Amino acid sequence: MREIHVDTIASAVRDLCIRANTELGEDVLDAFRKALEREESPAGKDILQRLIQNAEIARTEGIPMCQDTGFAVVFVDMGQDVHIVGGGLREAVEEGVRQGYRDGYLRKSICHPFTRQNTGDNTPAIVHLDVRPGEHFRITLAPKGGGSENMSRVTMLTPAAGIQGVKDFVVQRVKESGPNPCPPTIVGVGIGGTFETAALLAKKALLRPVGSPHPDPELAALEADWLDAVNDLGIGPQGLGGRVTSLAVHIEMMPCHIASLPVAVNIQCHAARHKETEL
Amino acid sequence: MQDAVRLTTPLGREDVEKLRIGDRVLLNGIVYTARDAAHKRLVDLLHTGEPLPFDLEGQVIYYVGPSPAKPGRPVGAAGPTTSYRMDAYAPELIQRGLRGMIGKGARNDAVKAAMQEHGAVYFAAIGGAGALMAQSILSAEVIAYPELGPEAIRRLEVKDFPVIVANDCHGGDLYEEGVRRYARTA
Repeated sequence: MREIHVDTIASAVRDLCIRANTELGEDVLDAFRKALEREESPAGKDILQRLIQNAEIARTEGIPMCQDTGFAVVFVDMGQDVHIVGGGLREAVEEGVRQGYRDGYLRKSICHPFTRQNTGDNTPAIVHLDVRPGEHFRITLAPKGGGSENMSRVTMLTPAAGIQGVKDFVVQRVKESGPNPCPPTIVGVGIGGTFETAALLAKKALLRPVGSPHPDPELAALEADWLDAVNDLGIGPQGLGGRVTSLAVHIEMMPCHIASLPVAVNIQCHAARHKETEL
Repeated sequence: MQDAVRLTTPLGREDVEKLRIGDRVLLNGIVYTARDAAHKRLVDLLHTGEPLPFDLEGQVIYYVGPSPAKPGRPVGAAGPTTSYRMDAYAPELIQRGLRGMIGKGARNDAVKAAMQEHGAVYFAAIGGAGALMAQSILSAEVIAYPELGPEAIRRLEVKDFPVIVANDCHGGDLYEEGVRRYARTA
């Protein structure tokens, strides 16, 4: 049995909040550079260059790359032989979010759904817990902005809709989202499971390094095909027209009910932020 | 690309009428921040006939909720939020003298019609480039609704703040035209 103190967890979450918001991943920067080679629109090229510049300023000056520093979505992958001491896991994560958003000068963007009263410290956090054999403790923190989350959808297709039906839904979703989710986007697609797991699969798909194909070659082929279809829409960087609407389509899939074909599209803006740490 | 046009707020109708979609503009002077909650309050004030926290005439509203300023800085990251959420309120503000809006994403027909009727312009800033855009903001002062936190109305002094004309007052829509130019689907 391995013991981990809640203060260790809170401190790790605090640092992840700050790092995720100020240090854009190399995978995303590489995707910008490759997009610059493909983009034909002068405005689109200009925007991509400025996004690279923006990431540099954020990293060197330690300020968030985007003012929407998001909802703190936290994935905790924990070994079942880990014993958390000193308090509760969820409280520890939220304390870390509280500290990170305060100390990192990050925006507090969480409010009551009706009164719109801000909670003031960016809590609650969204915590997804996965417990498996072992003594590991891994935290992934993915701040999710409102603009791209607003463009995301879940649908329950009929099994007859098949691959084509899922593709049509994905492409239509990107089309209708237009400029709103801050293209170039990453399109997370969750297929199968139930209503809520489809959404969770779509979100998890966004955590993969941008543009790394799915290990299943059939899904990897669908990712490439759907990315072409999405980019043929011509939406382009910031929706002002261009070749690069999305940097990648990432699919995650699991079995579903014989009556169902659940599909979720979780759109991620170009500020594709996530950081992880192992305790 | 064409050279950018330098404009200083407040803007006159004649300034706006010269602009066409795709024009790159460097804004100087004062812009006011307002997003969802502040817009609701502004329009509520108009409906009850009470004075607004600032005079709308010729002004530009920037749809932004900046992140907190680090010590010694005027503002944190400050890129635009998505504009369609302000579509419900924008026509009334345009009617009362608002001359420009800065945001990201397309506007609805009611906003576009009000812009054409009263001579207003909609500028797109680069969404998600908040660290870059903050460099063009010289000062920031909360002038209303501090209790709204990031959604408070701020008076920003900007220098060469880079935007692009997304909707002009002649009915042009860069979002529609740009996408039409690059779409490959039938």
